[in-house]
Amino acid sequence: MWTDFKKAMIITRREVRDQFRDWRIIAPIIILTVFFPGLMNFTAQQAVDFVGKYGAPIIADRLIPFLLMVVGFFPISVSLVIALESFVGEKERRSIEPLLSSPLTDVQLYLGKLMAVMFPPLIGSFLGIAVYLIGVYRQVGWAPDITLLIQVIGLAVVQSLVMVSGAVVVSSQTTSVRAANLLASFIIIPMALLLVGESMIMFWAKYEVLWWAIFGQAIIAWLLIRTGIAHFNREELLGKELDSINLKWAWQVFRDAFRGEKASPWQWWRVNVWGILKELKWALVLVLLISVGAVFVGITQADVFPIPAGLLDWGNLEEGLVTGIEDFGPIRFFSVQGLGIIFLHNMRAIALDSLLGIFSFGVLGIITLILPFSIIGYFSAIMGQTGLSPGLFLIGFVLPHGIFEIPAIILTGALIIRLGLTLVTPNKDYTIGEAWIRTLADWTRLILFLVIPLLVVAAFLEVFITPRIALALFGG
Amino acid sequence: MIVTENLTKYFKDFCAVDGVSLHVKAGKVLALLGPNGAGKTTTVRMLTTVLRPSSGTARVAGYDVLENSGEVRGSVGVLTEDHGLYDRMHMVEYLDFFGKIYDMPDGKREERILHLLEKFDLMDARDRRIGKFSKGMRQKLSLARALLHSPPVLLLDEPTSAMDPASARLVRNAIKTLRSEDRAIIVCTHNLAEAEELADSIAIIRTGQIIAFGTAAELKEQLLGPGEYRIQLAEPLDGRTLPLPSDVEITKKGSDWFTFRVEKAQHTNPLLIQNLVATDYAVVKLEEIPRSLESVYLQAVNQTTKEGGGHVD
Repeated sequence: MWTDFKKAMIITRREVRDQFRDWRIIAPIIILTVFFPGLMNFTAQQAVDFVGKYGAPIIADRLIPFLLMVVGFFPISVSLVIALESFVGEKERRSIEPLLSSPLTDVQLYLGKLMAVMFPPLIGSFLGIAVYLIGVYRQVGWAPDITLLIQVIGLAVVQSLVMVSGAVVVSSQTTSVRAANLLASFIIIPMALLLVGESMIMFWAKYEVLWWAIFGQAIIAWLLIRTGIAHFNREELLGKELDSINLKWAWQVFRDAFRGEKASPWQWWRVNVWGILKELKWALVLVLLISVGAVFVGITQADVFPIPAGLLDWGNLEEGLVTGIEDFGPIRFFSVQGLGIIFLHNMRAIALDSLLGIFSFGVLGIITLILPFSIIGYFSAIMGQTGLSPGLFLIGFVLPHGIFEIPAIILTGALIIRLGLTLVTPNKDYTIGEAWIRTLADWTRLILFLVIPLLVVAAFLEVFITPRIALALFGG
Repeated sequence: MIVTENLTKYFKDFCAVDGVSLHVKAGKVLALLGPNGAGKTTTVRMLTTVLRPSSGTARVAGYDVLENSGEVRGSVGVLTEDHGLYDRMHMVEYLDFFGKIYDMPDGKREERILHLLEKFDLMDARDRRIGKFSKGMRQKLSLARALLHSPPVLLLDEPTSAMDPASARLVRNAIKTLRSEDRAIIVCTHNLAEAEELADSIAIIRTGQIIAFGTAAELKEQLLGPGEYRIQLAEPLDGRTLPLPSDVEITKKGSDWFTFRVEKAQHTNPLLIQNLVATDYAVVKLEEIPRSLESVYLQAVNQTTKEGGGHVD
């Protein structure tokens, strides 16, 4: 690790020196470091004076920390520009090949570039924060408490890391600076949304929430760095000449991966559907553990958010249950229409969770997918609080269809994790795109031939059998 | 030092290098000669581990390009087709940067840099930015970078392209010196004279396959047939019969000279001279008619039949 860092620093030092020789990079950093904090000082002073006149000092109290965050962020934005051309720019200038032919490992080369594009803007950011703090202290006597200062510095670091690591991934996977710039919107838009969110937190003055923002961004940055290193490919970097969306090629890869080897239908299913479950072993275990965790989280929330005693009329339980089950919103129990609605609802959930998973390395997809487990845990605990048996609740309301639906959810979760992890897993045999399309083919195959059949059976049971059992147990 | 067996590279459906087998021993120079897009650079890139072979094997300085890619890259000095220089850096700074990457100790690195600058006549430009260098100077600097860590294997892609004649001569002489230092060297070039001058053996590559291999003399023999010679006599022939050995084939005749082809020149030419002298012909001069490598190259490249990947040893 130390050797990797030392070697990476050789690249970093050269590139940083190179950047400091380019006025087009240095000028914006200096302006954003010195001029911009001065402007923010002026703004802060004006705001304090103005709101002071009308007895609303709270606005100034919130504005000054917010501006601190802003002056910390602006110099970092320069890092995006530098990072976007880190690899692809060298490729265009045709100076990358001697580096690729040198004994540097992929990790050393990648880290070297990453640090090189991060350090100068980050130093600019810290200087900007310092200039702003000195100015604002001299003008209005405001100084942040140490926790807030650490949070703002932490935010600057993780924001820089997220932008840079995302941009370096783009830079190492595209073939021209132009293409990298076009793809930058995939970084700019989420970062803009993130900043809006952070600004709201700053004005809300719920500074403890900033820790979560720092933590979340640190995780994203780590995943992006891992993605970049995992898919750093000297051959692709040097050999690929054109960025084009080749739908025909993508379809062929998908079709071939989906079809698998020729065999009888049973043999095909055994190899290409059941066989994939072995590859999903660890993902399945992980989702199972997360699901169990979600149930426990649900149980703990029953104490935090108890249902008011008057809301549950246990005296009328039988009548209420019968009415409730027979007329549960849009779902018509004991009807084929209800079966369709439940099945389509589950399919929509799978599609949306998978989509969320694709854009978040699987994380958001899993979180939303396992929400029902928390709800089950919560209601089981509520039942327990009201004197009913949580076990009976599970047997009556969950288990009859859950026997099929829960495995389908866990399987879907594992597939979502796999889709996300493909992006952060090194693959020397396939390009990042090809590896991902092949995983998508696995996802489609398992959803079509395992998850959907399970969900159809589950929907049938949920509409026709579960309500009967629930009625039998609770309806008398 | 460099051993490849059926080295093949596909880019999707396109076969860039097709079953190339090469053996280059220490102290030898192999010239890879071929038109643009023949697969020379792709071969070199596979040997530097930048590209992964689709099939076949390659060992460089004893290391497998797939298994020991780091060691391979550490043992190879590469002069790339593009110079790959950083315009804002100074020359010494640039070489120092690569010296550090190759783990050269401080003192040795400085000494080696100065030695190379001296060797390539770059000392006067040591404090100038690389961006201000001429093409020739850039090429020399790239070569210096390739030699910096004294690698046992050198892969030189067009080493004298864009150079003025004096600089090209300097670089060619440098390469000759390097060969004597027990290095295995592959030179990719379009320059036929250069290939003939520098290389111990020449491999002609076309559409990814080696279509001819040998020393310059062997290639001439293989592709252009037996050598042709010219004899200049002191007096005109005046219709007299020439006392020719049976395997001599006259190709042209003048008043006091004639040219001929012969299969085994070493054996037949002395016999021919003896016969001529014995029959009172006064021989002024016997010389081989020079045959350019260009003819060999064109002959090889124009051959329509291909017999698969050649084996080069």
